[in-house]
Amino acid sequence: MNEITITRNNELIDPLLHVWSWEIPVYLFLGGLVAGMMIIAGYFLYTGRNKKSKSSSSFIPFVSFALLSLGMIALFLDLENKLYVWRLYTTFEITSPMSWGSWILLLIYPILIVGMIIGLPDKYIEKYSFLRSIRTFFVTKTSRVKALGMLYILFGVMLGMYTGVLLSSMGARPLWSTSILWVLFLSSGISGGAALVHMITKDKYESDLLLKADNIFLSIELVVIIMMLVSLVSTSEVHMNAAMLLISGEYAIRFWVLVVGLGILVPLIIQILTVNNIVKHIVIAPIMVILGGLALRFIIVAAGQLSHW
Amino acid sequence: MVIDTNTCVGCMDCVVACQTENNVPEGFCRDWITTEAKGSFPTIDMEIRSERCNHCEIPPCVPCCPTGASHVSDIGGIVLVEHNKCIGCKACITACPYDARYIHPDGYAEKCTFCVHRVNEGIDPACVSVCPTKCMHFGDLDDPNSEVNKLLNSRKHHSLLREAGTKPNILYLT
Repeated sequence: MNEITITRNNELIDPLLHVWSWEIPVYLFLGGLVAGMMIIAGYFLYTGRNKKSKSSSSFIPFVSFALLSLGMIALFLDLENKLYVWRLYTTFEITSPMSWGSWILLLIYPILIVGMIIGLPDKYIEKYSFLRSIRTFFVTKTSRVKALGMLYILFGVMLGMYTGVLLSSMGARPLWSTSILWVLFLSSGISGGAALVHMITKDKYESDLLLKADNIFLSIELVVIIMMLVSLVSTSEVHMNAAMLLISGEYAIRFWVLVVGLGILVPLIIQILTVNNIVKHIVIAPIMVILGGLALRFIIVAAGQLSHW
Repeated sequence: MVIDTNTCVGCMDCVVACQTENNVPEGFCRDWITTEAKGSFPTIDMEIRSERCNHCEIPPCVPCCPTGASHVSDIGGIVLVEHNKCIGCKACITACPYDARYIHPDGYAEKCTFCVHRVNEGIDPACVSVCPTKCMHFGDLDDPNSEVNKLLNSRKHHSLLREAGTKPNILYLT
């Protein structure tokens, strides 16, 4: 027998830690989605597809701008001392992933705005000369568009990575304490981003390409999930207990059904059949991928807080 | 800080003293009593502990802070939070394996300060001062001749969740 009684009953801490509610998973999901879309837009910019009128690289910056702003609102809502939010930008704490994240987010906005100016319809550009000069600066030289594409990929990867590192740096929560978590969040972000762009793009080539690519991203995500569980189970007892929350414990049904089943396996099978022209294209598969990404963030954040030493 | 688990009776005087001394908001506590019973009848071993922030040598709550509010003080390595720098992101709360922190109703993270305002004046923390069984001892762990080090040298002791790698600065005599 080992019975522990604690007299502490602090709000949000006891009996089980639950300081992060819906705001953080929503932010991590939207951040991941934007990261994925930025990588895709970066690839299309780098390969010069922005010259095509229907290219998704022209609307991705707009969608990213909106989703990232929504994510940041969720992040802001989570803060308990909202009036002091500016404190994030009076310092840079090199050891804090959250500090890295707040500066990455700040740097992403100007990059997105440049992409928006390049993607704006001509009638708006002609009205304002400064917009025209910014666009001309980039569009007239291929090397500049390529450099912008590289910046999109770089910051997309940084955004996707940091959302995972943010959690995995918390050694006190064994479920998060695995260095592969950022790979999971990044691959989930790219697969979600590819699904979203595939759904809304009007460019047939890009839509088909992203459908095929999404199958690869989903497969990678599946392997990373398995690797994460294997690594946790083989680390220590507390890490094994944490992994068990997902494998057979409190979050198992939600994890296997919503994340692995409906979020990865089912859409992957549908999309493989679609790519091979066995079934007709249906929009439900990419929607499932996106919702699977949301479920993944909710489950990892909640189960992680439940895991302890 | 060194706490003798053989003399602690779990009376919670330390908890109330802390709440009074530090104006801890109602419903919250910076220190608490843990009772751990091990074994099976008739060989049951029970340990009563007064617990709080361990003011760890490697405090995971400090490097994760995005604003530098959570910091290690120059005074004896006490881990503190600067209220007007804290944005209430709760990273430090999730980073602490002891769940020693909470959010004050005013929005900032709060925890045991070892009563740094008293320590500055050369007085023991409130919890140590009021303990009716004198089971708590506060002193300099870096000084080999301090009372706390003499106790540690003469008695068996342990710290909490050593395996979490935080090097706690509160040690429990057994």
